[in-house]
Amino acid sequence: MTQSAQATMAETAPLLDGTPGVIADWSSDQRAFKKTPWGKAMMWIFLLSDTFIFSCFLIGYGTVRMSTTIPWPNPSEVFALNVGGVHVPLLLIAIMTFVLITSSGTMALAVNFGYRKDKMTTFWLLLATAVLGATFVGMQAFEWTKLIVDEGVRPWGNPMGAPQFGAIFFMVTGFHGTHVSIGVLFLAIMAVKVIRGKMDREEPGFMTGRKQDYGMVEIMGLYWHFVDLVWVFIFAVFYLW
Amino acid sequence: MASTEGQQHPLGIYFQIWILLFVLSAASYMVDYLAFQGYLRWFLIIVFMMLKAGLIVSVFMHMLWERQALVYAIIVPPLLLLVFVGIGTLEGDYTFLTRDIFFGGAE
Repeated sequence: MTQSAQATMAETAPLLDGTPGVIADWSSDQRAFKKTPWGKAMMWIFLLSDTFIFSCFLIGYGTVRMSTTIPWPNPSEVFALNVGGVHVPLLLIAIMTFVLITSSGTMALAVNFGYRKDKMTTFWLLLATAVLGATFVGMQAFEWTKLIVDEGVRPWGNPMGAPQFGAIFFMVTGFHGTHVSIGVLFLAIMAVKVIRGKMDREEPGFMTGRKQDYGMVEIMGLYWHFVDLVWVFIFAVFYLW
Repeated sequence: MASTEGQQHPLGIYFQIWILLFVLSAASYMVDYLAFQGYLRWFLIIVFMMLKAGLIVSVFMHMLWERQALVYAIIVPPLLLLVFVGIGTLEGDYTFLTRDIFFGGAE
């Protein structure tokens, strides 16, 4: 009650746009993020911190790769696949990229249909996103197996070149894969919540008295798009370099 | 309740961005497939990466429609990472030169 009363009071004053709006919003001594549910603001701030974690990995990787005097294994060759006798460079990674982009699209649509209160469509789109995410993790497991078993890549060395390659590869893709796996889990949970009509009836959530609404699907979407975003950077600087 | 307004936009824009992301992904894969090298490769990789990241953040994550206070709070801090990238590059080059001098083949 107090929160909504505060919000109403704060929102009666006209809001400014542009740079004066930034200053007014931050100095208003109430809520900095107007018209943003706190859950969404918190998710954004979490994603900001995650940005720094992944950036530390990628910058560390760049520094290590620049500083090694032994040639770095060529990712184009390491991740190539033979399809019907044809040697295609980086094929598996390209397919994984397309799978993740596709899942990002279904997630964006799920958010959209959620706000339309279209329960069934939202459910199926969330499920499709989860399945595509699981497919991605499966392909990553295949890739790891291929590298560990067939090519003898270890965190401390590999037959192809600079020994740091394995350490960086397992660390970066492992951390990203963990993010995808957690995302798949929460997508499944969210899909079940939607199909059970928890959002429509605004029932309190598990372990909280807060009412659930379709804004939760948007917050879930932010996380999922972020995972896709991180892959864009990993794909560019790890696989294409 | 005005404070919990959701982001609702026409479906068309999502499909357009979706297709664009596919095209950009295919383009960045082609950089490797066609084996471009040197500065051209770097330029294309960075351009496609930034375009994809920008499209995802601005449209799929709705940054385009958020209030500027939130946009600045999220977008400005990562700019500091550019300084970090610069430091990493200096350090990496320095270590490489040191290793080359002390462990390299040069007598």
